[in-house]
Amino acid sequence: MSFISYLINGISLGSVYAIIALGYTMVYGIAKMLNFAHGDVIMVGGFTVFFAVSMQGLPTAVGILLSVVLCTLLGITIEYIAYRPLRQAASSLAVLITAIGVSYFLQNMALLIFGANTKAFTSVVTLPAIKLAEGQIIISGETIVTIISCIIIMTGLTLFINKTKAGQAMLAVSEDKGAAQLMGINVNGTISLTFAIGSALAAIAGMLLCSAYPSLTPYTGSMPGIKAFVAAVFGGIGSIPGALIGGVILGIIEILSKAYISSQLADAIVFMVLIIVLLVKPTGILGKKIQEKV
Amino acid sequence: MKKMKINKKTKDNIITYGIVLVAYIVMELLINTGHISSLMQGLLVPLCVYVILAVSLNLTVGILGELSLGHAGFMCVGAFTGAFFSKCTQNAIPADLLRFILAIIIGAIAAGIVGFLIGMPVLRLRGDYLAIVTLAFGEIIKNIINVLYVGKDSDGFHFSLKDSLSLGLKEDGEVIINGAQGITGTPKDSTFTIGIILIVLTLIIVLNLIHSRDGRAIMSIRDNLIAAESIGINITKYKLMAFSVSAALAGMAGVLYAHNLNSLMATPKNFGYNMSIMILVFVVLGGIGNIRGSIISAVILTLLPELLRGLSNYRMLIYSVILIVMMLFNWSPKLINLREKYSFKRLFKKTREVQ
Repeated sequence: MSFISYLINGISLGSVYAIIALGYTMVYGIAKMLNFAHGDVIMVGGFTVFFAVSMQGLPTAVGILLSVVLCTLLGITIEYIAYRPLRQAASSLAVLITAIGVSYFLQNMALLIFGANTKAFTSVVTLPAIKLAEGQIIISGETIVTIISCIIIMTGLTLFINKTKAGQAMLAVSEDKGAAQLMGINVNGTISLTFAIGSALAAIAGMLLCSAYPSLTPYTGSMPGIKAFVAAVFGGIGSIPGALIGGVILGIIEILSKAYISSQLADAIVFMVLIIVLLVKPTGILGKKIQEKV
Repeated sequence: MKKMKINKKTKDNIITYGIVLVAYIVMELLINTGHISSLMQGLLVPLCVYVILAVSLNLTVGILGELSLGHAGFMCVGAFTGAFFSKCTQNAIPADLLRFILAIIIGAIAAGIVGFLIGMPVLRLRGDYLAIVTLAFGEIIKNIINVLYVGKDSDGFHFSLKDSLSLGLKEDGEVIINGAQGITGTPKDSTFTIGIILIVLTLIIVLNLIHSRDGRAIMSIRDNLIAAESIGINITKYKLMAFSVSAALAGMAGVLYAHNLNSLMATPKNFGYNMSIMILVFVVLGGIGNIRGSIISAVILTLLPELLRGLSNYRMLIYSVILIVMMLFNWSPKLINLREKYSFKRLFKKTREVQ
């Protein structure tokens, strides 16, 4: 019975990873860059909810809205200031190092504003826990909300990309920037939109993550961020269903190895998975194979 | 013409060595005349560690052109093997210097081997993927050391991944690596002089590598992988060479670091991701591919926050801003054009043309 509760916890954690991985995978697909700062946008989202709800006493809904809006703006600003000037740069290393710089900047800003002490995050979920099989399996409200939001986001995003003009524009830009521009697509605007969506999802992920694991520090976002990137790579970068599959599998692996092997080695096991995936199938489960041309 | 070229290179190298030696002599003079506070004296060995780390990372980032975010992991391997060796042979080899030299060699070799083993599969990847995998390896190394327990008794060594009790030591046994508590009681052998000798050694290795045939092969891989492959350069070999030399030098820095501390623990602060980033900042600020720049920026960025005590809270924030601004300034096509438009050279030329 405990195995089933671990599995459910794993799916819940994996759903959070999947939501974060969406941000990575969309940005990577369209801008061909690894947005290292994505994990720290999660942390900013978490701190905004904490600040609004716990410190200012605003209603939860307002806090969530505020966090989503702030993170969206933050994502657009980061793209505009730090990444856009380097899009045509000769070295792909340049934008990667800048992204690391942005990630560092956000962490240290949060450190200066909120201090290094761990904050106790009050869960935004008020749903009661469900007991199954005569109380042997307990599913917390957070778990249910996380899994449901992940499903809603996945469906919504798939519909958005396949059915709307903006979504089709995203696909076109990720395929070929130059050709997309010639077809009258605003490339800069589309990339900004991608960052906006990714960051809004990061805000939601931050809230869900902090509700499930209620401790908030300036470094809260970096580890889940890196693991979500692992999930995105695992599922095949650039693929939305891939992010879901990768995220859920990774979440299950992490929770099971925490439960059955060693809680200290869980991170190492997750990273081993990444390395094995990259060596065996570098494009991930659902990724496309790209031939390198001269 | 040919002679000029060689002279320029040698001159460049002599300046680099000269800077290190002059800095050493000045420092020694200041210490001996008592002009340096004990706080600053305590900084000298870490300074040497950072310089070696920056120079060795520059070999991977600047010369090989691949971003490695796991440099602290190699340092960690070197630190723990070196400290482990010193602790084991503390009684067997009474001469401090000899033991320390052996520890440095062993630490460097261990880190080099780990670098080679990691590099073999990982260097097939490029760019972002390589960066994230090296980061992952750095974290794995740190995690494993945090759960590693090694003890020694009359039967030999005992290993465990659980706790110190499950080692099953006899009464005369001693726990050497105690999991998250790390190694305590490493002899404090590191001195500023040894640090400077190691810096010079690192410089000799790195500068000679860069200016050799192998070094040019490595740089050709950086500039165009496919072109390099097509003229018959063995890419795997040269990538691995640069990567494992860089790892071995980081391991050497790790041994120096470990022998400056009483207790060595693998915390996120000293061997984690943040440390790797800090070394990267040194390299980026000094100029990617510029060895002398790495030395200077490592020294400035280590000393500056200590000199400006009040700014210590803002230290990391300033680092991150430096990183972003430097990258934008150096690589943004628009800013490069702007710089060329208003550069001193150009302005100077214009005025001459007017005359």
